[in-house]
Amino acid sequence: MTELLDRRLLFVTGKGGVGKTTIAASLALLGAQQGKRTLVCEIDAKGNLADFFETGPTRFQERELSPGLWAMSMDTEESLKEYLRLQLKVPLVARIGPLARTFDFVANAAPGVKEILTVGKLLWEVREEHYDLVVVDAVASGHITGQLAAPQAIQQLVQVGMVRDQTDWMIEILADASRTGVVIVAAPEEMPVNETLELAGRLREETVVDLAAVVANRVLPELFGRGEEEIFDALNDRERSPALHEVLSAAVGGPVRELLDGAQLAVRMRRTRGVHLARLREELPEGTPLLYVPYLFQRSHGVRATRQVAAHLGEELGF
Amino acid sequence: MAAKKKQPVRAKRAGSSASGSIEQLLAAKEIVIHCGSGGVGKTTTAAAAAAMAAVHHGGKVLVVTVDPARRLANALGLEAFGNVESQVPPEAFAAAGVEPRGELWAAMLDTKESWDDLVRSHAPDAATRDAILANPLYKNITGRFVQSHDYIAMERLYEIHSSGRYDLIVVDTPPTRNAIDFLEAPERMADFFSSRLLRWLTVPARSRMLTMASKPFYSVADRILGSKFLEDIAEFFLLFQTMYDGFVERAEAVTRTLADKRTTFVVVSTLESAPVREAEFFVDALQERGLHLGAVILNRVLPSWFLEDGTRDAATVLCSDADRLAGELPDDLGEHDQVERVLHEVGESFLNFQVVAKREAEIRAELAAAPDVVAAVPYFDHDITDLAGLLQLGEKIWH
Repeated sequence: MTELLDRRLLFVTGKGGVGKTTIAASLALLGAQQGKRTLVCEIDAKGNLADFFETGPTRFQERELSPGLWAMSMDTEESLKEYLRLQLKVPLVARIGPLARTFDFVANAAPGVKEILTVGKLLWEVREEHYDLVVVDAVASGHITGQLAAPQAIQQLVQVGMVRDQTDWMIEILADASRTGVVIVAAPEEMPVNETLELAGRLREETVVDLAAVVANRVLPELFGRGEEEIFDALNDRERSPALHEVLSAAVGGPVRELLDGAQLAVRMRRTRGVHLARLREELPEGTPLLYVPYLFQRSHGVRATRQVAAHLGEELGF
Repeated sequence: MAAKKKQPVRAKRAGSSASGSIEQLLAAKEIVIHCGSGGVGKTTTAAAAAAMAAVHHGGKVLVVTVDPARRLANALGLEAFGNVESQVPPEAFAAAGVEPRGELWAAMLDTKESWDDLVRSHAPDAATRDAILANPLYKNITGRFVQSHDYIAMERLYEIHSSGRYDLIVVDTPPTRNAIDFLEAPERMADFFSSRLLRWLTVPARSRMLTMASKPFYSVADRILGSKFLEDIAEFFLLFQTMYDGFVERAEAVTRTLADKRTTFVVVSTLESAPVREAEFFVDALQERGLHLGAVILNRVLPSWFLEDGTRDAATVLCSDADRLAGELPDDLGEHDQVERVLHEVGESFLNFQVVAKREAEIRAELAAAPDVVAAVPYFDHDITDLAGLLQLGEKIWH
């Protein structure tokens, strides 16, 4: 198996709300910490990525956030302009005016064009070896295969033309498991686990891209070990607890009911999620690395949280 | 849990800014659209709201969902969701110990099938219909067209609503890249079909050469995509254009339905920063478009007792003084070291969750700027596996 961060291009995806951007930002940070020239790219231009590094908004033009770490946000129109500049070698600035208005229509009408401009730009950075590692905060699991399969779709639909000519090298990089991989982020809940398993299958059927790893995010800690759970249950036992609570309340000098309720909630949440986590572990294709990231009891999700998640991922990867 | 005997209160000022409860909102509206960021529980809250309306208000209630968990289908007593509407069997309600006043129906949105239906109903003749359905580009475009999911969801909603089969329709919206995409989908669809570019694509090739000479943009498009591909697209749209009038008319009708005063939007969010930001964005987008924001549902909110200072102090004592406290408890509870660890963990777990609860409270205070109905659904420590669970959640948003 190729070590995760030795690949050149990682697409980080997952169901909405599972912490896709957190993991992408953290993997990129970890890459940079490991001494790799790293680019992190946000595909959905929601401007969330910047929050995870607490820097100003990212743009299409890459910007160095910290030593070795660059960030950009995808913009298909800008990508097209760059492509035309590089390929046609003509200063297009003057002619691109009407493009802005009508571009959306062409891109929408011609399936795969928007996708290939997105994937193409990233693959270009890999081909030209501008970076050691490109981490993509990609689209959610529902849309990712369409994006990754765009070069093949174009190859089937388009017989000639410049876009078609570009697809061969793109597919070559995408299909090279030593260079390219997908990371699926899952929270240990029903739907995210379902979507992860489903996507693992679809990646194989519909794309040439390798599943590099699955990250189980926000895993709750196990509160009690063997024997301890029984003690906790006794503390919550309907028959016995009133007397115990009285003793405990007096000793603590405050209410204990809510404390035990809180722990009960944590135990039950952990148990429910444990079932989904077990299912994820069992049903993933054999040999898929599964990395665990604990739930962070944090005030906010800024750069501090990104560093912590990066540290956890680093541990999981054996750094 | 039993259905209420008294008649539901009808909100009098339908269409005006909502005030009161989700119960009143659902009694006054015919279409309720749940929207929000992915993973916040749109589907579950939509199903719960619909179930509550069927139980308490009566009438025929339909919940349309995009991608339900199999468990949710099971919870509703359905084998599976299909594009066809199916009734939730009365036995499912009986199992939950409830006698509903009305009927609950459920349907799923199958994008491909819905597009096919649309083509079938708008195609001028059988030959055109078959040519479109068989066109290789058709599948690609309906499957991948950025707005196609969004549009078809709204289109289907319009179709069902205008059929008059239901008193109330609760819809959960597709996961879009951008929350407002589906609001603009009908308009964009109309724009798309009447665009200059589409007309250009569909004029005969020879006259296009003339146009192209004067329009550098088209020559660029030609060089990038290749003229053959452009011709393929053109052929497809030529077929599609036969349905132009029907489509545009329909898209406009869908837009009107969204703005109708019988329609309301419910924004769903968890108290995490990214979903809340999207929720706020959505609230603004609704306002800008003059659409009705009925309620905000905050999902998976931690219990408020996590915020209490007295309890926090007790938790701190539990953490720092676990050894002494373990000694105070009866010996038969367990080994001293283990009891000590349990007490310490209980205290620490509380303090951990308090951090999250405080963060949530702050975010909630920021959201308080959005008026209207705000309902908070607590964090359920188990999955919802049956109608009883769904109604239990429903109770939390109802009043």
